[in-house]
Amino acid sequence: MSLFWLVVIVLAIALVGYVVGRARALASAGGDMRDLHSLPSYYGANVAMKAAVPAFLILVLWLLVQPFVIHSNISDMIPEGTIGEGSSLGLVMAEVRRTAEGLENAVAAGQISDDFARNARSDFTDITTRLKEAGQIVTSQITQPIMRAAQSYRIMLSTGNFYMSIVVLLAAIAGALWGIRETKADFRARNTVERGIQVILFSAALIAVLTTLGIVLSLVFNTVEFFRLYPAMDFFFGLTWSPSFSGRGGSSELGILPLLWGTFYISFVALAVAVPVGLFAAVYLSEYASSRVRAVAKPMLEILAGIPTIVYGLFALLTVGPMLLSVFGEDGLGIMKAGTAVMTAGLVMGIMLIPFVSSLSDDIINAVPQAMRDGSYGLGATKSETVKQVILPAALPGIVGAILLAASRAIGETMIVVLGAGAAARLSLNPFEAMTTVTAKIVSQLTGDADFASPVALVAFALGMTLFVVTLGLNIVALYIVRKYREQYD
Amino acid sequence: MTDTTLSPETSPAAAGEPVKSKSLYALDDLTRKRNASEKRFKLYGLGAVLIGVFFLVVLATAIISQGIPAFTRTIVEVEFTLTQEQYDAAEKELFKTKAYEQFFIGALQGQLEESGMSVPFDAAAIERIVGKTGGTIREYFKANPGALGAPAAFELAASSRVDGYSNGRVTRETLTDSRFLEKSDLDIVDALVEAGIIKTVFNWNFITGADSGVDNPGGAGIGASVIGSFFMMLVVLFLSLPIGVAASIYLEEFAPQNRFTDMIEVNISNLAAVPSIVFGILGLAVFIQFMHLPQSAPLVGGLVLTLMTLPTIIISTRASLKAVPPSIRDAALGVGASKMQSIFHHVLPLAMPGILTGTIIGLAQALGETAPLLLIGMVGFVARGYPDGFITGFIEPNSAMPAQIYTWAARADYAFYEKAWGGIIVLLVFLLTMNILAVILRRRFERRW
Repeated sequence: MSLFWLVVIVLAIALVGYVVGRARALASAGGDMRDLHSLPSYYGANVAMKAAVPAFLILVLWLLVQPFVIHSNISDMIPEGTIGEGSSLGLVMAEVRRTAEGLENAVAAGQISDDFARNARSDFTDITTRLKEAGQIVTSQITQPIMRAAQSYRIMLSTGNFYMSIVVLLAAIAGALWGIRETKADFRARNTVERGIQVILFSAALIAVLTTLGIVLSLVFNTVEFFRLYPAMDFFFGLTWSPSFSGRGGSSELGILPLLWGTFYISFVALAVAVPVGLFAAVYLSEYASSRVRAVAKPMLEILAGIPTIVYGLFALLTVGPMLLSVFGEDGLGIMKAGTAVMTAGLVMGIMLIPFVSSLSDDIINAVPQAMRDGSYGLGATKSETVKQVILPAALPGIVGAILLAASRAIGETMIVVLGAGAAARLSLNPFEAMTTVTAKIVSQLTGDADFASPVALVAFALGMTLFVVTLGLNIVALYIVRKYREQYD
Repeated sequence: MTDTTLSPETSPAAAGEPVKSKSLYALDDLTRKRNASEKRFKLYGLGAVLIGVFFLVVLATAIISQGIPAFTRTIVEVEFTLTQEQYDAAEKELFKTKAYEQFFIGALQGQLEESGMSVPFDAAAIERIVGKTGGTIREYFKANPGALGAPAAFELAASSRVDGYSNGRVTRETLTDSRFLEKSDLDIVDALVEAGIIKTVFNWNFITGADSGVDNPGGAGIGASVIGSFFMMLVVLFLSLPIGVAASIYLEEFAPQNRFTDMIEVNISNLAAVPSIVFGILGLAVFIQFMHLPQSAPLVGGLVLTLMTLPTIIISTRASLKAVPPSIRDAALGVGASKMQSIFHHVLPLAMPGILTGTIIGLAQALGETAPLLLIGMVGFVARGYPDGFITGFIEPNSAMPAQIYTWAARADYAFYEKAWGGIIVLLVFLLTMNILAVILRRRFERRW
């Protein structure tokens, strides 16, 4: 039974439960709604909730746990000796899964019989060819242990799914019966349903925590795995970045410093563009501009923030890069070799961050109490003197927070640097040279068919971890500053 | 001290020192300096705003000027009649398609002369302009034998360089002679354009078609990836809206003031600032590596984008729940509603316009997001067709608009860059529609209490 139909059936049971529960409640009150504790629909909802919620909970848990059980059972079946040189249990397991899927698809397409897929012991030598004939992609010659494992994998999966359907359906029916049994005129259905809804609301709020947990766990596990294969010291203090995909990444040098340098250099250029422009724009819009200018200019700047980053990436690659090249390239000053460079990416990222800096600063400048301005004007200061000597110092912590948030944006930005900054990792001071960043390398290490057991792919998780820690640190500091500052004038 | 105590002897004027101008009409140096600096400061501010607007204009110009050509294509339209005898004769030849090509060239020649042009050309030049035509013509007549003897009009796509010439990407100066196109061919093209045989038409294939291979930029379309994006947005909408609203209701109305609630709130505001690529890593590790969901599937993309947009939706939903005045809740409670009833029957409907606006803006953000999609394999995949059905639309590999644009931008052929800009126009049209919808919703239904 496919997952889809299972879900539909559970929902149908819940619906039937709703109708039955409602009718039974009314009947128990002799058809007079006034004798019920709650509205009739609450009795129905109580039954539906008891049918659907535990069933779905079991379904989700089963789907999460089943792969582990099968995995541990199957990996016991694979003898140590069969794991070849340069291979690992993970790779063999992937092979097993692929073979099992191939068997499944071949059976579904009718090319081989189910019986053959279950007990093809005698003639397994030709199973590779038969699977290939059936149009299934099988990487290499299937060895006996892999075939055995794949067969039992397939059987376990189907029996697992079978029992799952039964358990889930039983849970749904039992829940519905329990709900129906409870239904009497004096049963406090509304209170029960509302408590249930509150639990559902709470678990929705928990998803945010689970997401963070998921991010942290997926980063930590893979990072630990990476450090088992590659020394942490070399990663954090290595000066060269040259992953080699041959020999399972054995000869790679994976030092993060050139990437960090590229990241910070590009972010610095971006902030050097965005902070002055954004700050002046915010000051102008909040202190000088007439309301009509403000009504036009502010949304226009904010459009810049709403444009997807892929657009900026293309803009960097195809417009800004060639433009800079014509000025600084061989025809001009001769210090730029290709269109993709720190300057290209930094400039475009700066444009992207202008509205970010300006609207955050705008909020903060507007939060400075009018009394402080009036006091300054009263002493005879001009507007610019007021801005420079009263408003900006008062707003400084908030503005620093805004700049930190912008910096964290710049560090985590991906598409602009993937398209605009180049791919070479180097430590150089020339802003017109191509450099690369942490995010760009995460993309290049994980795009395509990476196998997750080699250091060249796993390094992406260590890079992601670094990125996550750095941006999280910046965000926490920035949010703390901004929040503290806001309270000051509230 | 009062004025009367000031003795005249101590006043500077009496001491014979130089008198400072006391006139309010003449500015002194300091004031002039201060005013100048004031003016300068204001100009800096104006300059900053103008720089921002200037960048916006440059960006818009770049997008429009380079993207519009993607929506047109150049075709060669030739009408001619093939008789049964000609067909039989051609089928007897050893090189059948060659024979058909001769018919085509003959018809082209005839049409040119009809319009009073005479440019010498050979078969090789025609092949460079429209590619090999014989095969297409032969297939047409083989499929429709009834068309023999009647005039048939053929619309054949011009080669990508001719296409580039007609929309300005390739000029006589930049063109170098190669086996793809020679400078002398451009004279033929000019003549054909004048005769109305080569013309530019709207490229429907770009909007409805699927991606083509690396070697065929002319046939590439964004349609399939629009569908991919659509399925992803369905997942995002149906997951993030209910979860986001439920979480917001809990945090805004039910959550007790304690450490755990604080932790959830800090979590949400931090998630809103986590780089999108980290969500891609999460999706790769959890949905693909751990749960073995299919790679490149809109379902996985939708799940990742859901997690990414949830914080945005929660933040905006909480703001609109907060904007509903407490008197509404009190009134509901006063007439005997339970807390749950007061929220679901009164507060939530009143907050709905704000929630929908926030959701649309969150969806628009998710629609343009690229980085996480790169990691879950939406880039390596060439979306060659539409999904077969509704359910397969979620689980079969597909591309999404931004991923498709990235794929085109990463290909070396310049003709694909044009497609990438064109794709951006399509993407921005969607984003603009969504944002305008959000603004209209807000204007129409927003209530000020």
